[in-house]
Amino acid sequence: MYYNVFGEKVSRRRFKEMCNAAKNRRELIAAGLTSRRDLFKMGLLTSGGMLIAKNGLSARAFGQTTANRSGVTTNNPPSSGANTSPGTNQNCVPGNQTASPPTRPFLDPLVVMPLAQKVRSLTPTPTEAPNTAAGEVRAAPFQAPLINSTRFPVVPGTLYQFNQRQFSVRQTADTNLPVQTIWGFDDGTGARSPGPTYQAFYGKPQLTRNINSLPSVTQANNTGFGMPSVTTHLHNAHNPSESDGNPCDFYTAGHFCDQYYPNVLAGFNSDFAPNGDINESLSTLWYHDHRVDFTSQNTYKGLAGFYCLFNQFDTGDSSTGFHLPDFPQFDIPLLFADRVYDPNTGELVFDLFNLDGILGDKFLVNGKIQPFFNVQPRRYRFRLLDTGPSRFYEFFLTNLNNTNGVNPFYLIGTDGNLLPNPIQVQSVRIGPAERVDVIIDFSKFRGQTLYLENRLNQINGQGPAAVDSQLAPQNSTTTECSGTLGTNQPAIKAAGTGNLCLQFRVSGTAVTDDSVDPATNPTFYQLPTTNVPPRIVRTFKFDRLNGQWSINGQFMDCTQFRFAVQQNSSEQWILTNLTGDWTHPVHIHLEEHQILSRNRVAPSVPTDLGRKDVTQLHPNERAMLFFKFRDWTGKYPIHCHNVVHEDHAMMALWHVVAQGDDIQVP
Amino acid sequence: MGDLSRRKMLGWTALAPLAGATSLVAGSSVARAAVAAATGVGTPTRSEVARQRIQRQNLPNVPLLTHEGKQVRFYDDLIKDKIVTMNFFYTKCDEICPAVTANLVTVQKLLGPDVGKKIFMYSFTLKPEEDDVKAIKAYREMFHAKPGWTFLTGTPADLEKIRRGIGFQYPDPAIDKDKSQHIGNVRYGNEPLMLWAACPGLGNAPYLAESISWMLRPETNRIQPS
Repeated sequence: MYYNVFGEKVSRRRFKEMCNAAKNRRELIAAGLTSRRDLFKMGLLTSGGMLIAKNGLSARAFGQTTANRSGVTTNNPPSSGANTSPGTNQNCVPGNQTASPPTRPFLDPLVVMPLAQKVRSLTPTPTEAPNTAAGEVRAAPFQAPLINSTRFPVVPGTLYQFNQRQFSVRQTADTNLPVQTIWGFDDGTGARSPGPTYQAFYGKPQLTRNINSLPSVTQANNTGFGMPSVTTHLHNAHNPSESDGNPCDFYTAGHFCDQYYPNVLAGFNSDFAPNGDINESLSTLWYHDHRVDFTSQNTYKGLAGFYCLFNQFDTGDSSTGFHLPDFPQFDIPLLFADRVYDPNTGELVFDLFNLDGILGDKFLVNGKIQPFFNVQPRRYRFRLLDTGPSRFYEFFLTNLNNTNGVNPFYLIGTDGNLLPNPIQVQSVRIGPAERVDVIIDFSKFRGQTLYLENRLNQINGQGPAAVDSQLAPQNSTTTECSGTLGTNQPAIKAAGTGNLCLQFRVSGTAVTDDSVDPATNPTFYQLPTTNVPPRIVRTFKFDRLNGQWSINGQFMDCTQFRFAVQQNSSEQWILTNLTGDWTHPVHIHLEEHQILSRNRVAPSVPTDLGRKDVTQLHPNERAMLFFKFRDWTGKYPIHCHNVVHEDHAMMALWHVVAQGDDIQVP
Repeated sequence: MGDLSRRKMLGWTALAPLAGATSLVAGSSVARAAVAAATGVGTPTRSEVARQRIQRQNLPNVPLLTHEGKQVRFYDDLIKDKIVTMNFFYTKCDEICPAVTANLVTVQKLLGPDVGKKIFMYSFTLKPEEDDVKAIKAYREMFHAKPGWTFLTGTPADLEKIRRGIGFQYPDPAIDKDKSQHIGNVRYGNEPLMLWAACPGLGNAPYLAESISWMLRPETNRIQPS
């Protein structure tokens, strides 16, 4: 007797085919590794980047050529190139998900999220202490006005009102998928996901009233996942704790939280008073729901958006400051998300019963599946954000007409920060919640079509490392990761065989481009010194105990602070991952860090060289991080940003207080 | 703020059947009746399709035996229209199972009289070949589990379907076979509302009880004082 995970009996033949699918997939991956065998030649890939759904190629593709649940045999056209990625638990037993319906790629133009619209006033007027009588749910009074009420007035000059709402949208023009019902942010111009992009400036404090206007909890309102109680975190902001969007503070429909964003440099109220340290300038932040235990579902349902922060150097104007490309015309935030749709109804689905991590087989950029973007032959700044839930990407710039060619570009920022100088790379790796800022020069590609292609192999929620443990090491000299982490390199797919996430159509005649040429090696900020004796060194062991994600053998508990950091002190944190087959993207709120070492060796990968708010903790790795905790007090978390791990307790609360503790292993 | 206050009213109206004395089952029937009235009988709504998908993929309706020897169906009798917790154990497990079971005894106490009326706790054996009705009954009595918490056994194949259905497996088949490393999480959920999450069985009992209570009172606001 043979079963699939739906508890359904399957024939011996089908079971064998499922096993073959898994085996073939492993062989395909291995083929890409060792001989770079061309999938075109094997007849498995079309020139449009579509993977041919062939029996036995993937357990997911298999589902498309057999009878569906209504008994109708379908023989769907090949999928969008997205089905090159299997789903979760793709061994002989398929996971709880099946393949999404096929969709044609590059039908939709890229959506550039509009800038968030300000409001003149808020009713009722924001108050320093939470206005509980009006339905506000906030943990504490605003800290900033208490420090300086002139500089940080309780009602600052810049105000926003964001409603979280349910709305309907098409995620592809392909009518093979229906209109989706998801969640988004409405700044007054209508709900959207990703939400509107904030254009914020240092020195201009702002306040957002986040109102939960999601449907209340009833069966009829639920599309199958999501918890309509929210808390909106501004990821990477140097923000006071009451406005941080803590996972343990959340509120239901009809309630709101006023969140005060001082837009002030770290150090303003401590070692770099009064203006803060210019070398702590942030640029690419994002906001997302952080409701404890339900973050993966709520962000998957759409609650995420960008927050771009500018100053006198990073101006968003190519004629001033660092002369970076103009925002928002040539400075484009790109929000990456992978998703799964029901094979029969085409509706967005979420695997509610998953502990490892969730992979989708459709790749969305700014809310559309595999969009195209018409670009001019000039330089663009792109801000790439991986919203997960669990996928890591390694992006290459691919020309399908010349897959042997190398198309380098420039990395200028990691997470929220510009690097000291641009670094030329042939690819860039990001994990969940990480950002990279890159400059791509299209001037030499006039009339051509290029792709932002993810060539990283990932077969389940374990992260790319899972591939390491199954496959022989590869020569990855063409990736930015060469020369690091020994021979244990994750596998990179051959050019043109990965996930073609975004298509660039380079059109038009030559244009004047007054933005800085990164090849001239401009200097941005310096890295703040790490040569400060730490008040304490703390160790955090990321592990799995009988399936329970843990930090130092303990689990997320909203009722307890695990340790106390002393305000305005520096600390070193050692993150260790003793598991051999999981990668954890570890995120720490409030302050950024610098990576001092990985396994006692100074970091060398470009994305490790700047200031970070997420550090990928690879298998069997020990990463040493440097922090200064300044200015604000209150509670913050440290957690794995594979949001499925986070939702299953891989998180710990800590707080900043006047007198810190001496707990070395919290 | 007019919009806000209206929403607040709606929120509270929807909350009433859950928070009040009316049973949850009645609440969901009301919701279903409203859905049927709005859409016409026979046209499943998006939420009904979603609920059926979850049932089909994750909550197989397999037969099981309770610690009292009563035959039940997993979905129909244990899960449907209920708020539940689910975990796995086996009686000869000497590491994680007794610790999780003891922790759940505290959780049950903290959840109080709702257990058995609105919240139903289930523990499934991982080794049905060893754990017959008598064995799981004795195990349950050893921990002084109160009414509302049912221990279950069945055929290995059926229990395996439940285990895989609720996602309690490892990606590595070798680890997955080693029952001493079995998943120690506790699934909690509200089936009619399609709210599902999990917490670590070894977590802090008062916090576990709080998490589970969100299924009973999903309109809860929360603040963790600084």
